[in-house]
Amino acid sequence: MITLTNVNKTYYTEATSLHVLKGIDLHISEGEYVSVMGASGSGKSTLLNILGILDNYDTGDYMLNNKLIKNLSEKQAAAYRNEMIGFVFQSFNLINFKNALENVALPLYYKNVSRKRRNIIAMEYLDRMGLKDWALHMPNEMSGGQKQRVAIARAIISQPKILLADEPTGALDSHTSEEVMKVLNELNNNGLTTIIVTHEKSVADETRKIIHIKDGLIETVEEKTR
Amino acid sequence: MDILQEILAGLKHNKLRTMLTGLSVSWGIFILIVLLGAGNGLKNGVMSNFSERATNTVQIWSGRSSMPYKGLKSGRSLNFAEKQIVDVDESLDETGGKTGVVEKNMTITYHNEYGSYSVNGVNPVYEDIFNLKIENGGGRFINDLDLKNQNKVIVIDRKIEEVLFKTESALGKYVQVGKVMFKVVGINSKKERYGEGSAYIPFTTAQSIFNPNKKFYSIAMQVNGLKTKDANDKFNDKLKQTMSQSLRFDPTDTQALYLYNAQRDYIETMKIFGGITIFVSIIGIFTLIAGIVGVSNIMLVSVKERTREIGIRKAIGASPASILRSIIIESILITTIFGYIGMVMGVGLTELVNIIMQQSAAQSDTGMSVFKDPTVQLSYVFVSTAILIISGVIAGYMPARRAVRIKPIEAMREE
Repeated sequence: MITLTNVNKTYYTEATSLHVLKGIDLHISEGEYVSVMGASGSGKSTLLNILGILDNYDTGDYMLNNKLIKNLSEKQAAAYRNEMIGFVFQSFNLINFKNALENVALPLYYKNVSRKRRNIIAMEYLDRMGLKDWALHMPNEMSGGQKQRVAIARAIISQPKILLADEPTGALDSHTSEEVMKVLNELNNNGLTTIIVTHEKSVADETRKIIHIKDGLIETVEEKTR
Repeated sequence: MDILQEILAGLKHNKLRTMLTGLSVSWGIFILIVLLGAGNGLKNGVMSNFSERATNTVQIWSGRSSMPYKGLKSGRSLNFAEKQIVDVDESLDETGGKTGVVEKNMTITYHNEYGSYSVNGVNPVYEDIFNLKIENGGGRFINDLDLKNQNKVIVIDRKIEEVLFKTESALGKYVQVGKVMFKVVGINSKKERYGEGSAYIPFTTAQSIFNPNKKFYSIAMQVNGLKTKDANDKFNDKLKQTMSQSLRFDPTDTQALYLYNAQRDYIETMKIFGGITIFVSIIGIFTLIAGIVGVSNIMLVSVKERTREIGIRKAIGASPASILRSIIIESILITTIFGYIGMVMGVGLTELVNIIMQQSAAQSDTGMSVFKDPTVQLSYVFVSTAILIISGVIAGYMPARRAVRIKPIEAMREE
C-alpha cells in the first residue's frame, strides 16, 4: 500500500536549512494499523504530511497504492487526497459555520456528488459514529469527542485507502480519547489502513506497529503480534 | 447550482461584511447611473430646444452696409429680391429647399376680436425648415397651388386661434388681414417661446398684396451634407461671398449680412455634450472602480480570514480550480447583486425625477426646459451588467490567486 524509499526533506528558511527527514525507508501494507512516535521536532508530522500529499519531499520515492507520488500538480494532489486519503487532525478542523452533516458531506461535494445524495450518505456515516441526533448541530455546540468523531466521519466518507490521524486525541481528555480510539480500532478492524501520529504511549499501544522516529530517521519498528 | 448554495452559505455567515462590501458597489453604480441620467437630461433638454427648427437650416438677414464698396458709399440699406434666391440656388450646391420671408406686422381681425401679429409670406418648404407642427385635423400648410394662384389663405398659430376664436375652430373661417380677407386653412400647434404668435400666407400673395416694392429682408434655406464645423464654416463664407457679389457689399463688412447657421451650432453643442458625457462617465467609472477596489480589498481580508477553512477544504480534496472558482463567483455575486440594487435605485431616481419634471412641464405654458427626460437607455443597463460581471472577476482574481497559494498544512496550523 505504502512504500517510502530513501525519502529526504529539507526545510529552507532565509538563513538556515533544516534537514528534517534524512532518508526514510518504510513499507506499510494494506490493512495495517501503524503509529508513529517521536519527540517534537523529530520529523513525524512532516512524514505524515508527505504521506498525506500535503507536503512534497526532495529526494527518494513515495509509492501509494502503486502510484508514484512525486512532483504532482496541485490539481493531481487534490484529486489523490480526495480519492485515497482521509485526515483526522488534533484540532478537528471542522468548518465552523457548517453543521455536522454539512461538514461530513463536504468531501463528496468535491467529488461532484449531488447535495441530496451526499446528505443521505453523510447521515449514514454520522449514524455509524453515533451522532445521528447531532447532525444539525454546529461544531461549537459539540464536545471535543463529538467533534473528533464528526471529523472521522468526514475522513472516511469518501472511502479512502488510508486514514491519517495527527494526534487525534491530543485535544481530548482520557475518557473521550478512549472513545475515539475505539472508533479508530473498529475502522482498522474493518480493513482500513490507519496511521496515527502520536506521542502518547497509550494511543500507540492500541496499534500493531509502532515506528519510532528520532532526528529524521526511523530508529526502531516495534511489531506486535496479536 | 450546488456551487452557488455553497457560496451563499459562506456569505450568509458573514452578513455584515457582505453588506458593507456590496454597498460600495451599489453606490458606485448608483452614482454612475444618476450622473449619466443627469448628463442625458441636460442633453435632451438642449436638443429639444434645437428641434424647434430642423437643425440643417441656415437663415440670412440683410442689414446696412458699413463700408464703402466699389464706389458705393457706406450706410446703404440692403435688401433681398427674387434674384438673391436664384443666386444662392445657382452658386451653392449644398442648399436644398429655400424660401424668402416677407415679414410684416399686421392686424388680424375676426368679428370683434383683433390683434397685431407677425404675418409671414413664405413658400411651402418653410414648414419643414422651421419644424412647424400641423396636427391631424389641424388643416394643412401653404402648398404649391396656393403659391401659383396667389391664394388668399392663411395658417395661424394656435395662440392666435385661441385669442381670436376663443372656443371656436378657426379652420375654414375667414379673417381680415389688414384690409383683405383670408381663409384659415391650417393651425400651427408648435409652441413658440416668444411673441404673440405668427401667421403664414403664400409668398406670392404677400408680395403682390402687401409688398409693392417686392423687397424682403430674410431668406431661410435647408443645407445638406455639412457634417463638420469646418464644412459649415466654409459654407458660411461661400454664402457671404455670394451675397456680397449679388448685393454688392464689401465681403469683410460685418453689418451688411447676418447669418445664422443652426447646423454649425448644433455640431458645436453636440461636441460639448459628447465631452460632458465622457466627463460624467469618467467620474462615474472612477466611483465604480473605488467600489471594485473595495470589493477586492474585502475579498482579500475574507480570504485571509478563511485561510484555515480553505486549507481544510484543500486537505479534503478541493482542487485549486474549485477554490479559484468559488472565490471569483463569490466576488461576481457580490458585485452583480449589489450592483443591481444600485442600478435599480439609480434608474428609479432618474425615472422619478423624469415623472416629476413631466408633470411640472405639463403645467407650465411653454413646455420648455433645459432639463428633459433625465433617464438612461436600456442599453446602459446591459452594458452595466457586463461591467459588473467583469469587475467582479477582476475584484475576485487577486484574492482568489492568494487563496489558491495557501498551503493546507500551514493554513491548518493557524489558530
